[in-house]
Amino acid sequence: MAIWQGKRSLEVLTLTLQGEKFALEAGRVQEILDLVNVTEVPGGPAFLNGLVNVRGKVVPLADLRLKFEMTPAPATIDTRIIVINILLDGEMTTVGLLADKVHEVTEMNAEVLEDTPKIGMRWRPEFIRCIGKHSGDFIAVLDIDRVFEEGDRAAAAATGSTSAPAQDAA
Amino acid sequence: MSGGGDPTDTFRQEAQELLEQLEQILLDLTRTPDNPELVDSTFRALHTIKGSGSMFGFDEVAGFTHHVESAFDLVRKGKVAMTAVLADIALAGKDHIRNLIERPESADPAAGKAILARLEATVGGHGAAEAPKPADAAAPIAAPTAPTAKWRVQFRLPTDALATGTNPLLLIDELRSLGQATVTPLLDKIPRLEALNATEIHIGWDVALETDKPKTAIEDVFMFVMDEMELKIEPIDEPKPVSAPIAAAPAPTVPAAPTAPKPAAQPAKSTTEALKSGGSIRVPAERLDNLMDRVGELVIAQSRLKQIAAASQDGEFKSISEEIERLALELRDTTMGVRMVPIAQLFGRFRRLVHDLAGELGKEINLTTSGEETELDKTVIERLNDPLVHLIRNSIDHGLESPEARKDAGKAAQGHIHLSARHTGDKVLISITDDGKGLDRARIRARAEENGLIQPGQEMSDSELFQVIFQPGFSTAQKVTNLSGRGVGMDVVKRTLDALRGSIDIASTTGKGTEITLRLPLTLAIIDGLLVRIGQGRYVIPLSAVEECVELPPVEESRVNGSNFLNIRGDLVPFLRLREMFNATTPPDKYQKVVVVSANEMRVGLVVDQVIGDHQTVIKSLSKLHKGVGTFSGATILGDGTVALILEIGHLVARGQRERNLKLAS
Repeated sequence: MAIWQGKRSLEVLTLTLQGEKFALEAGRVQEILDLVNVTEVPGGPAFLNGLVNVRGKVVPLADLRLKFEMTPAPATIDTRIIVINILLDGEMTTVGLLADKVHEVTEMNAEVLEDTPKIGMRWRPEFIRCIGKHSGDFIAVLDIDRVFEEGDRAAAAATGSTSAPAQDAA
Repeated sequence: MSGGGDPTDTFRQEAQELLEQLEQILLDLTRTPDNPELVDSTFRALHTIKGSGSMFGFDEVAGFTHHVESAFDLVRKGKVAMTAVLADIALAGKDHIRNLIERPESADPAAGKAILARLEATVGGHGAAEAPKPADAAAPIAAPTAPTAKWRVQFRLPTDALATGTNPLLLIDELRSLGQATVTPLLDKIPRLEALNATEIHIGWDVALETDKPKTAIEDVFMFVMDEMELKIEPIDEPKPVSAPIAAAPAPTVPAAPTAPKPAAQPAKSTTEALKSGGSIRVPAERLDNLMDRVGELVIAQSRLKQIAAASQDGEFKSISEEIERLALELRDTTMGVRMVPIAQLFGRFRRLVHDLAGELGKEINLTTSGEETELDKTVIERLNDPLVHLIRNSIDHGLESPEARKDAGKAAQGHIHLSARHTGDKVLISITDDGKGLDRARIRARAEENGLIQPGQEMSDSELFQVIFQPGFSTAQKVTNLSGRGVGMDVVKRTLDALRGSIDIASTTGKGTEITLRLPLTLAIIDGLLVRIGQGRYVIPLSAVEECVELPPVEESRVNGSNFLNIRGDLVPFLRLREMFNATTPPDKYQKVVVVSANEMRVGLVVDQVIGDHQTVIKSLSKLHKGVGTFSGATILGDGTVALILEIGHLVARGQRERNLKLAS
């Protein structure tokens, strides 16, 4: 696995989505914000349905829970926005990720990181980079670029479907 | 291009500007080949490119440019006559130089050789292709048989010449290299000690020079400073040697006559150049964009401050808030001003295009321009290039007839294309006018019906019919030429203009010509918008598209599934229920409002819950992740920090019109 090759350990940020623990490479994270007003984008892809203001920038907000086919629960006092940069068609794009709770930045030793098993996974394996063990729990490290590559295709599909009802209305 | 300190980047940028200038000069030369000033300017531009090219290691550029320069040196000396053909070759040479500089790996050496061969064939056996010498070919070689003559050279440099890198000692050394020189300083203008600034030049020089070189060789020494300096070159002794160098040149009067009045005749042009280089600085475009972003954020933060101040009782706080508002708005206007560039930059490029197309199509074309000083946002200008190229090509290819056909129609053989730009209110109008045959209504109509773009027999005004041209897949050209007629392009033009929030109008008279007018906003960064509420969400409608706001009649409201049409003063206007489109879940307001917007002379009503008021909007584009959402053109940040979406009117109007057409068809 390329992710920790040459390195002894991987620094990750751990977070909770619908009671499940996940991890993100800490190097990718720009900042963590409290939940702010989210503007809905009618006709946008379902999991990318919001826009937020991050220091004067308009940033799309992704709800990963929808990507993992979880039923989203309403926001709580623990809800946070994780701001990360992703590479989209060769362009750096800032994106916000909605998390039910953000825990800590921690190191995972190379020994505890394992390849994603092809079977027996609760989530679509292509979004998971590897599995790590941390204080007795298994934690899936997200392959965040892959999630948004998919999002791109979903966006195209979503707009196709929104224009259809309009024609029905006529 | 990044604005780093890499000197080769600086060279590239400067060379690009020089090449652009050179192109304009050469195009002028194709018309007036016997203008010696233009020949001189060409020579100087080439010389500078060669010199700095070799300085920065662009040896290919220096080598190639040397040949072209040598050819123009011969012209300058009157050994070869300047012709339009030579100017054409030089234009090709210029393109090759640009290739060598910008894409050295892809530049084709064979192409360069071909150009040089043509050059050689044109200037003939005058040694144009002599071995390239490194930087200093400045002193041209004159006929060795010329007798020695005595010259008195008096010169004074501008007082700030040292600051621009001129070294008088080098000039004197160069004079010395021409022959026997006696140098006397002229000290009469030196100020008193207390007024003396050591970095200024107050000394003049008087040089008695005995040389076998002609007068032009002496002038060449001062080539790069001539415009700003005082220079007097007179023969000492008998006048006979003066005529000698002239006689050596075959073209009569040309080389000698213009040289004397040159310092006086040129300032008009050169002072503007001097002002340009002295009064402005080069800034990477990226930094300007960043500045604009910051200012946009400042304006947003300021409007939040204003809201808090309005609710506050503290008079001092309020006055500070007002002060900051004034400053922020001034800063915004100034920053926008910085981004404005004259459209002359863009128009200049089209001269070449027209020149080349005229040659390719065998048409005679006279291109005129007006309003070149009109300023537009830098981004708008950049994005306008392709659509304008396309429109001009179309005008030339489809609009203008061949010289024979023009004569038959009783017009001058030479076609006329006019580009103009002017301001009206907060818009800029750019129009392309030709005096060609005009648009063929019948053919457009037939073609549009054939493609199903309009219904057979549908009543349409001319301007509505002409808009059909911009539909994808439309082309009436019976023969597809290299230039146009593939039916791609016009829809791209339209799309680009939509993206720039501009519009396009066509007026055409059969047999007389066509005028295409583009209407563009002054800037892309900020728009005036109308803030509306739909459900819980707030949205911005560009104010320029808003025609009126009316209340939705309760009758219409109750008819949820009925026809969505509104009778506005006898006109049937389709309306869109944005609440439904945007899936609003809150109960609707009791009195629904309709904002009537228009685009391309078509109207559509947008039903909203509440019209909040006008709102000046700093536009933020949506990320690629939301690229597929056509309903919105961008987003903005409101005073309370919330993001609001900006409605894309073109998209909504098209949707409304589709419904209207379906209804009319049924």
